[in-house]
Amino acid sequence: MSTTEVVAHEVDKIPVEITVNGTVYRREVEPRLLLVQFIREDLRLTGTHIGCDTTYCGACTILLDGEPVKSCTMLAVQADGSDVQTVESLEKDGELHPLQTAFSENHGLQCGYCTPGMLMSSVALLAKNPNPSDKDIRKGIQGNLCRCTGYHNIFKSIEAAAAAMREE
Amino acid sequence: MYPAPFRYHRAGSVAEAIRMLGDIGEGARALAGGQSLLVLLKVRFDEPTDLVDLARIPDLDTIDQGNGEIRIGALTTHASIARSELSTAIPIVGDCANGIADNQVRSRGTIGGNVCSGDPSCDWPTLLATLDAQVHCEGPDGKRAVPVTEFVEDLYATVLGQGEIVTGISFPTPAVGSAGAYVGFKRCAPAYPTSSVGLQLALNGDDCEDVRIALGSSGLTSIHATDAEAELRGKTLTDDVIAKAAEAAAAQAEPIEDQRGSEDFKRSLIDTLVKRGVGVARRRCAGETVEVSHEYY
Ligand SMILES: Cc1cc2nc3c(=O)[nH]c(=O)nc-3n(C[C@H](O)[C@H](O)[C@H](O)COP(=O)(O)OP(=O)(O)OC[C@H]3O[C@@H](n4cnc5c(N)ncnc54)[C@H](O)[C@@H]3O)c2cc1C
Ligand code: FES
Ligand code: FES
Repeated sequence: MSTTEVVAHEVDKIPVEITVNGTVYRREVEPRLLLVQFIREDLRLTGTHIGCDTTYCGACTILLDGEPVKSCTMLAVQADGSDVQTVESLEKDGELHPLQTAFSENHGLQCGYCTPGMLMSSVALLAKNPNPSDKDIRKGIQGNLCRCTGYHNIFKSIEAAAAAMREE
Repeated sequence: MYPAPFRYHRAGSVAEAIRMLGDIGEGARALAGGQSLLVLLKVRFDEPTDLVDLARIPDLDTIDQGNGEIRIGALTTHASIARSELSTAIPIVGDCANGIADNQVRSRGTIGGNVCSGDPSCDWPTLLATLDAQVHCEGPDGKRAVPVTEFVEDLYATVLGQGEIVTGISFPTPAVGSAGAYVGFKRCAPAYPTSSVGLQLALNGDDCEDVRIALGSSGLTSIHATDAEAELRGKTLTDDVIAKAAEAAAAQAEPIEDQRGSEDFKRSLIDTLVKRGVGVARRRCAGETVEVSHEYY
C-alpha cells in the first residue's frame, strides 16, 4: 500500500501592515509569502517583475524605506511596518517621472522586462547622488541585468534624467 | 518559487531569540537579512519548520569604537558598513563592504549572517581573519567570544550550538602606520568572488614588520596564508620578495574547480591579488587614499 504523506506544517498567518506607494495595506499573510508575490498577486501591482527568482537579475527591485532591495528575496512578513515604493509610484497625475521620460527618449529599453528594476535602482541612485559620474551610474545599476540593450542607452538615459532633474 | 511552509517568530530581544531557538530545537533557523537563507529555502536546500527573525532586535546594528577596539553589531548591513565612517578610517573594511554582491543585496545582508553562513565565498570571515577579529556569541549557556578563524569550522559549519546566536564582532584598532587591502575578483556584481585576498601590513619604511594574509573562496574555509606571511615578515619589500610571497599564497590555497574557474586559474588569480593587495596596502601605509574593491571581468 502506498500512502502519500503530505508534510504541511500547520502555520498561522501573520498580520502585516505594509505601506505601498503611499497606501497602507493590512493583510494576514502566510510566512513564506515573498514580498514580490505580495506586491504582484495580492496587490495586483504587476509592474514589479520576476526575472530570475534567484537574487541575480534585479527585475524585482523595489525601494524598502528608500533602499533598493530584491523583493524576490524577502518575505512579506519582513516588510511589516515598512514603506515600499514600486515602479507604479513614479508616474504622477499622468506625468511620467523624468527617468521614465529619459528611458523612453534614449531607447533605454527594448523588451522592457528589466526596466522597472532599472528605474527603481536609478531612483535610489539619484536620490543619494544627483550628479553621478559614469562610474557612479555603472555602480548604481550593478545589481540589474539587461539582456537586450547592452546597457549603453540605459547609462545615457540615467545621465539625461539626472540632468533634467537637476534643472527642475 | 515558494520555500516549504514554516512558522515565523519575531524575537524582540537577544534573550527571547535564544529562548525561541532553544525551545523549538533542530527545525529552527535564525533569520537576519535572508540574503543567504532565503535563497536556500526557495530552492528547498533546507526546509526548517520555524524561522526566528532577529532583525527587530534593538541595538544590534551599531558600530562603536573605543578602548582600542572596534565593535560591529551582528545586524549591521553591508550597506551601512560601506557608508560608515569606519570604512573611511579603516579602508580595508570599506573594500570588503563595498565589494559584496550588489546594492540590493548589501541593503539587506548583515555581517552577522555573512559570518554565520560558514560559506568560504563569504567575504567577511576572510577580511575579519586579517584583523584578528572575535565573534561574540550568546546562547543558553551564556556569552563567549571565539576567534573568527575558529568560528567557521568547516564548509557551511560554525561552532554555534543550539539556541546560540551571534551578537557582534570586534577587532583591535589597527596600529597607526599599518594598513590593509581587501581585493577580490568576480564575474559580475551579483556573484560571489572567484578568489579574494585580505592583507594587513605593518611597515617601517619598506621593511615589513608584520603581516597577516587570508584567502577567500580558496578552500573549505578561508585560508590563513602563513607561508606567504613568512616570505614577507621581517623583509624589505622588493618585487622579488613580493613575488615569492604571492607564489607561496597560491601554493597554499586549496581552490576547488567549479563553474567560476579551474584550480590553476584560481591559483593565478590569488598570485595576482596578493601582489595587488601588497601594492595597495603599501600606498595606504604611506598615507595615500586608494580606492579598491572586487573587480569584475
Ligand atoms: C546574488 C548574491 C551575491 C552575493 N555575493 C556575495 C559576495 O560577493 N560576498 C559575500 O560575502 N556575500 C555575498 N552574498 C551573501 C550575502 O552577503 C548575505 O547577506 C550574507 O551571506 C548573509 O547575511 P544575511 O543577513 O542575509 O543572513 P541570512 O541569510 O538571514 O542568514 C544566513 C545564515 O546565518 C544564520 N544567521 C544569520 N544571522 C545570525 C546570527 N546573528 N546569529 C546566528 N545565526 C545567524 C542563519 O540562520 C542562516 O543560516 C551574496 C548573496 C547573493 C544573494
Ligand atoms: S527576480 Fe529578483 S533578482 Fe531576479
Ligand atoms: S530591455 Fe529587455 S532585458 Fe532590458
